[in-house]
Amino acid sequence: MPDSNQASSKLEEIRGRLTASRRVFVLGLVLLAIVSLSSVLGATGIGRLQIPWETVMAAIGEGLGLSPAGSVERTPLVVVFDIRLSRVILSFLVGSALGVAGAVFQGVLRNPLADPFTIGVASGAAFGAALAFALGLGGASYLGLGTIPLLALVGALGALALVVILGRVQGRLRRDTLVLAGIVVATFLSALIALIKALDEEAVSAIVFWVMGSFQGRGWIHVAFSLPYLLLGLYLVVKCARELDILTLGEVQARQLGVEVERVRRRLLVGGSLLTAAAVSVSGVIGFVGLVVPHLVRMTMGAAHQRLMVISGLLGGLALLWSDVVSRTLLPGGEELPVGVVTALVGGPFFCLLLKRRRGGVILD
Amino acid sequence: MISVQGLTAKYGDRVVLHGLDFHIGKSELVGLLGPNGSGKTTLLLCLSKVVPLHAGEATVSGRELSAYSARELALVEASVPQRLEISFPFRCIEVVLMGRYPHQRDFDSDSDKDLTRAMGAMRLTDTLDLAQRRITEISGGEAQRVIIARALAQEAELLLLDEATANLDVAHKMQMFDLFSKKNNQGATFLCAMHDLNLAALYCQRLIFLKNGRISVDGPTMETFTEENLSEIYEAEVRIIPHPDTGVPQAMFVPGG
Repeated sequence: MPDSNQASSKLEEIRGRLTASRRVFVLGLVLLAIVSLSSVLGATGIGRLQIPWETVMAAIGEGLGLSPAGSVERTPLVVVFDIRLSRVILSFLVGSALGVAGAVFQGVLRNPLADPFTIGVASGAAFGAALAFALGLGGASYLGLGTIPLLALVGALGALALVVILGRVQGRLRRDTLVLAGIVVATFLSALIALIKALDEEAVSAIVFWVMGSFQGRGWIHVAFSLPYLLLGLYLVVKCARELDILTLGEVQARQLGVEVERVRRRLLVGGSLLTAAAVSVSGVIGFVGLVVPHLVRMTMGAAHQRLMVISGLLGGLALLWSDVVSRTLLPGGEELPVGVVTALVGGPFFCLLLKRRRGGVILD
Repeated sequence: MISVQGLTAKYGDRVVLHGLDFHIGKSELVGLLGPNGSGKTTLLLCLSKVVPLHAGEATVSGRELSAYSARELALVEASVPQRLEISFPFRCIEVVLMGRYPHQRDFDSDSDKDLTRAMGAMRLTDTLDLAQRRITEISGGEAQRVIIARALAQEAELLLLDEATANLDVAHKMQMFDLFSKKNNQGATFLCAMHDLNLAALYCQRLIFLKNGRISVDGPTMETFTEENLSEIYEAEVRIIPHPDTGVPQAMFVPGG
């Protein structure tokens, strides 16, 4: 029976290609993990104070408790472990959170040009931070953690709650009303921030600088502060990766395929927003990572969200880690650029190039 | 398989379905006909719990519709929608595998059985060659067949089809309905909303005609597919002639009538 032979060889071919694509994914994952790890170590060695590599490695080893105390001098130990390594790791975590959150929001809103800030979470965080500056809390700290991240987090979660409440129509969270509610909340909060700026001129520069995003002066305490929200958010969205795939087909088909659309959409929104809030509250509003990275990964790898989230997370982390290295080393005098400026300056033209190529009919595959 | 009493559905204040009553037994293949806006799609959406019932009762497979969770319902009935809104570049095999979702648990990955079922469904709908292609890069008719494969991969005993073959060329239309007939003979129940009257007459044993949200005619094809019924329901002049091979009635519309 040549016909059935042909059919079964076709089935084998499909099976083979699925296995092959899984292998490519795993290989890519391992490679990215290796690059990420070496980037963390590499970026820790880069800075204004020249420190030899052996000292850098020894300092990291000692900081992690892998080697006995006292083998490295106090200054390089503090610079490498407390200042640089914590900052490098924080920038990687924030970039990962934004990359994953971007993939989630693009999927939930079924808009490949959405980003983690589309539904107003960032404006909530900015409002919280602005309020803290205006109340003169910028300097106050608890265990080295300023009140800024705390109020920014409260603001982000408050904005999310508001958007979810406003976005509900007859008990259902609809995609279009959600986006509209996000715009309304973001606009209103931006007006409040402008009002704060107008009333308190001293706070203006602090607010403006914070909104542009930066990792200057961030340390382990910020890692510890954002990590729980980040992990919780990650758990929520990864658990729903398959449902997110189906949700992109639209609400009707998702229901007909057995997805509890309301529950899943709420969970994804909360998860994505927790990731965003964890990122924004310790770093400010860093644009483009959450837009460009998942978009690029989807174009090259396809839309399946489990893989999309994992790869976007790692690539987002890498992108932000190196952007932060650029932001703190580019100017010769030792001043820092806000990292949000770097990501926008690099990401903007890059994204334009990407869209241009795509419009020309070239689709990466 | 489906029992409906006094089913009423509303969009806002506008009543779209006015108290429908009907019963569809197991292993029937029923055509749902009627002009645009007669409520065919809404009825199918009510039966898949997308549009809530405003009044009345519906049972599917002996169980009240409201008692089903989304997942339980997806194990019993599969739907093929009229419009596809796929904007993300999934591969066709991934789309068909989505039909296996109700069979899977949290954190499950696609099992070998899922893959076998998905590929089997794709073979039946002549879409195996599309398996690795992006669904955003194939034609509308091809995508429609991929979605039919997804519904088959769901392995539900009831299939609700909303213009499932509207975008297909003639050969594939016939091929799909031959497939539905075969599945029907093996025990599956079909309710198909259709615009192609002659296709409906060829394959459906029974026709339900909707007009303005009410059942206007319901009965065996040979008895209901008449000049009188069709011209009244569609408000167009029509002649009926028997199919030269099978003898089932076929409608010929009269131009300028």
